[in-house]
Amino acid sequence: MGERELTRLRAPSAAGLGVSVLWLSLLVLIPLAAVVTKSFAGGWSGFWAAVTTEQAVASLRLTVLSALIITLINAVMGTVLAWVLVRDEFSSKRLVEIVLDIPFALPTIVAGLVLISVYGPTSPVHLDIYGTQKAVAFALLFVTLPFVARAVQPVLMELDVEAEQAAACLGAGPVTTFRRILLPQLLPAVASGAGLGFARAMGEYGSVLLISGGLNRTEVTSLYAYGRIQNYDYVGAAAVSTVLLGLSLAVLLGLDVTQRRGRRRG
Amino acid sequence: MASAVVTRDAAAGGVAVRRTRRGRYALRGLALLYVGVLVVVPLVVIVGKVAGAGWTQLTDALGSPSAVTAYRLTIEVSLIAIVLNTAFGVGFGLLLTRYRIPGRRLLSAAADLPIAVSPVVAGLALVLVYGPIDGWFGAGLAGAGIRVIYSLPGMVLATTFVSFPLVLREVVPVLDEAGTDMEQASRVLGANSWQQFVRITLPTIRPALTYGVVLSLARSLGEFGAVRVVSGGISGAGQTQTVTLLIDDKYQQLEGGTYQLALLLVAVTVAAIVVASLRRPSPGRPLPRRNDREER
Repeated sequence: MGERELTRLRAPSAAGLGVSVLWLSLLVLIPLAAVVTKSFAGGWSGFWAAVTTEQAVASLRLTVLSALIITLINAVMGTVLAWVLVRDEFSSKRLVEIVLDIPFALPTIVAGLVLISVYGPTSPVHLDIYGTQKAVAFALLFVTLPFVARAVQPVLMELDVEAEQAAACLGAGPVTTFRRILLPQLLPAVASGAGLGFARAMGEYGSVLLISGGLNRTEVTSLYAYGRIQNYDYVGAAAVSTVLLGLSLAVLLGLDVTQRRGRRRG
Repeated sequence: MASAVVTRDAAAGGVAVRRTRRGRYALRGLALLYVGVLVVVPLVVIVGKVAGAGWTQLTDALGSPSAVTAYRLTIEVSLIAIVLNTAFGVGFGLLLTRYRIPGRRLLSAAADLPIAVSPVVAGLALVLVYGPIDGWFGAGLAGAGIRVIYSLPGMVLATTFVSFPLVLREVVPVLDEAGTDMEQASRVLGANSWQQFVRITLPTIRPALTYGVVLSLARSLGEFGAVRVVSGGISGAGQTQTVTLLIDDKYQQLEGGTYQLALLLVAVTVAAIVVASLRRPSPGRPLPRRNDREER
């Protein structure tokens, strides 16, 4: 927003800033610092031992892998959804808009319950994935459904169709037009939505809880951390939490850097 | 195809149009199928289950004493969290966009942090600081007779944490976009800070603010993981059971009423989304930046 008419802080606003920063620290910064501190309570070796237990490694591998897989699916399907919502015209579009927002706002435990009632042991469509890694991925796909679509939609709305029409006139097929004209312009938004979805998927808990069936092979890291907390193993819980935090932050930081670079170039 | 160039082009154009239209239908079908399998079918099945169980089941489940206690607690916790986050969102948003603040970008990024934090990690973080036995501050607070974790204040903190930046993120882009011209004009015309806020700033940010509050409401009512950690996860603890915790508890205990309560939350969620989408000026909510005030 540049260096335009910003006011210098005076007594009341400075006090407001002080209160805000204090609140931010008490609620968010100090507690998160406590997690990182706790994970190193036994020094580096204690941290390493806690994150390399068999179950911790398995949970981290499952979490990262399923988050990566669903991020790829989201990138593709989210772009398709955005395209259909912006460029296509059909009668139930408004309804799709509302349905698309449901996973954002639906309580995660309800999401899990809803999924288990359809794709669990009593599945009316005879599709039982309860207690499988597929079920975990499915739950993650549900909760991250709107991220890419909502990021791409406004960018797509802003785009001129002229370049695409020109490409089509020059003989480019729909695939070529998409790949050469549309995709390069949408890519930053796709990446941004996919990255946010990835961060969300890495930490997801409620929707995975029920459909994972409480088995070892479906224990994602948030479930593992919860189990450690239940056993008062705070160091073990904090150690994997620190890994989760680090990964999410790395993704968001990476996004921020690439977006900024993209903006400077554009 | 050996005829004139014009007809060949027209023919090619026809093929292209047909192919594009087929592609369009294919994409539309794919999108609808995907949303249907993921969201619509499960919701329809839930409604079917509740309808199949019958009306008395529904009223019994929604009117049971444990449910009523849970509503009260959920509403209480959510309202406090929303008030806190709205006050912070508007206040901090104004500070970030209207004043020269050292480390502005860093502060703004720090306020966004909770979005990227797992609810379980959020709960753990609060336990480590405010836990009564060995928490950084919790031990001292417990000494003073203040219980945070495993009681109401802890649940409020957890709920506030997970919905922390929702109002702020909606308000900041609008404040940025609107600029300070109007505010300065009102100042020149003799308005004091309060008048300036109520007459100029508030009407400017009202749609974004409403949207942020609705988002926070949905997020707060539905919070599960973080609240589960700080409430101790003791089933039947009564005093610390929100609606989501009750649903989980009933499900684990194989009690009835799970789907009825779940449907209630679905209904509240859908209502919130519909309200938000009516409030939203243009379809499609930009996640990174919100530009609904372009024609200034």
